[in-house]
Amino acid sequence: MAKVMGLTGKVMGLNGNAAVAYAMKQINPDVIAAYPITPQTDCVERFAEYVSEGLVNTQFVTVESEHSAMSACIGAAAAGGRVMTATAANGLALMWEMLYIASSMRLPIVMMVTNRALSGNINIHCDHSDTMGARDAGWIQLFSENAQEAYDNIIQAVKIAEDLEVRLPVMVTQDGFIISHAVEQVKVLDDDLVQEFVGAYKPAYPLLDVTHPVTYGPLDLFDYYFEHKRSQIEAIDNCFPVIRRVGEEFGKISGRKYDLLETYKLEDAEYVVVALGSTCGTAKEAVNLLREKGKKVGLLKIRCFRPFPKEEIIKALVPRRGVAVLDRSVSFGGFGGPVFTEIRSALCDAPARPFIIDFFYGLGGRDIYVEDIEKALLQIEDVVQKGQVDQYIGYLGLRE
Amino acid sequence: MSKLKGWKELTPGGIITEAGNAREYKTGDWRTERPQVNKEKCINCLFCWAYCPDASVIVDADKGVMVGFDYDHCKGCGICASTCPAKAIDMIPER
Ligand code: SF4
Ligand code: SF4
Repeated sequence: MAKVMGLTGKVMGLNGNAAVAYAMKQINPDVIAAYPITPQTDCVERFAEYVSEGLVNTQFVTVESEHSAMSACIGAAAAGGRVMTATAANGLALMWEMLYIASSMRLPIVMMVTNRALSGNINIHCDHSDTMGARDAGWIQLFSENAQEAYDNIIQAVKIAEDLEVRLPVMVTQDGFIISHAVEQVKVLDDDLVQEFVGAYKPAYPLLDVTHPVTYGPLDLFDYYFEHKRSQIEAIDNCFPVIRRVGEEFGKISGRKYDLLETYKLEDAEYVVVALGSTCGTAKEAVNLLREKGKKVGLLKIRCFRPFPKEEIIKALVPRRGVAVLDRSVSFGGFGGPVFTEIRSALCDAPARPFIIDFFYGLGGRDIYVEDIEKALLQIEDVVQKGQVDQYIGYLGLRE
Repeated sequence: MSKLKGWKELTPGGIITEAGNAREYKTGDWRTERPQVNKEKCINCLFCWAYCPDASVIVDADKGVMVGFDYDHCKGCGICASTCPAKAIDMIPER
């Protein structure tokens, strides 16, 4: 079959979990260590089927908890394997200490997180409290708007993580149930093309290279810990060119190019909504409807939240009059949600900055409607016209 | 200890790329008391050598005698002094 750009492969009906499991099959990593948790279970379950059918060579480690899953991933990655895993919500929380260890050791582990609310009370539906809580753990974080992006991101994540300039773990997220359990048409690439794209894994400092013995994670006290953290800061800050390059290269083989951010009708927009994940699809519709009514509105979608693309965000938002940020997680006691805080901080020194307000929405899987986002955009327009902010933090879809 | 490196000179993730270099980590400066042996009292039973958790008692293996301490690594725990049957080791406060 001729390799025409974007025309190889086929279209499959897959939900987000299945799309990621299918990508994992095509990547065929050395090791996957995972524990099932709703709404990610479906993903590892499908991968287990591939293992039992002999379709992959992966060593599939069924562990007794997520803490063990990430520990096994760290061990396997340090040994020199290409390693992947998947989790959600409380499972991610149980990995907590290991997340920091994976990134500190610069291990290129790729993990899919199906976003789900953290307890309590017990809730299995989508919000971003799990991955936002892990935003300081030293992992690259890529958010997906739909199953196609989850599939595309997971393949790119392998190449990003393993780039010798990066060597950091990558978290690819998809919204629980909204993406993970909704069947979409997903364009999948040919197996060979995926293999060619990710390439053969070249481990750096593998523990199993007994002729070059190395030590991972030694005692690191007041004399060196700080310097090691500084070099980790440098490592993640330097990832932008690689993430962009991989996004462009992926565009060449798939026809779907990726960048740190995606803009929608932003060029002449005066009022902008900022969002992550599946809500961006809803926001595009809200933008379309308001545009029909003559409102100059647009969307800024953040695909890469860690590292935080400050320069690009400043460039995209500074010329606007008002910005409504949508936060699908709470930083209790903080001044707004994590996306709002970061965006305000980035724009703080801009000569003429827009008014910026925040909206909490969608906690525990509460639906967000097109009208909610229209309301947010109209509210920021109102703020700009009044010339003052009466309320920095609002709520969408909440009963009073 | 050798000159401390700056953050740009470190290996990724602080990985140690040479084997057996724990010896270069001079843990002796953690000590608040140093053991001192009185060889006139010492009966060379080598209990101190057997009990020292840091392999910091130096022994002349050919002669089978206790010679002294490796102060670069001795942490001053005092186990040697308390196990010595001849009360030949004193713990002296470090300045
Ligand atoms: S004081 Fe402790 S560390 Fe030092 S030589 Fe005696 S037993 Fe070993
Ligand atoms: S334990 Fe006491 S007597 Fe025995 S070798 Fe050591 S210092 Fe000498």
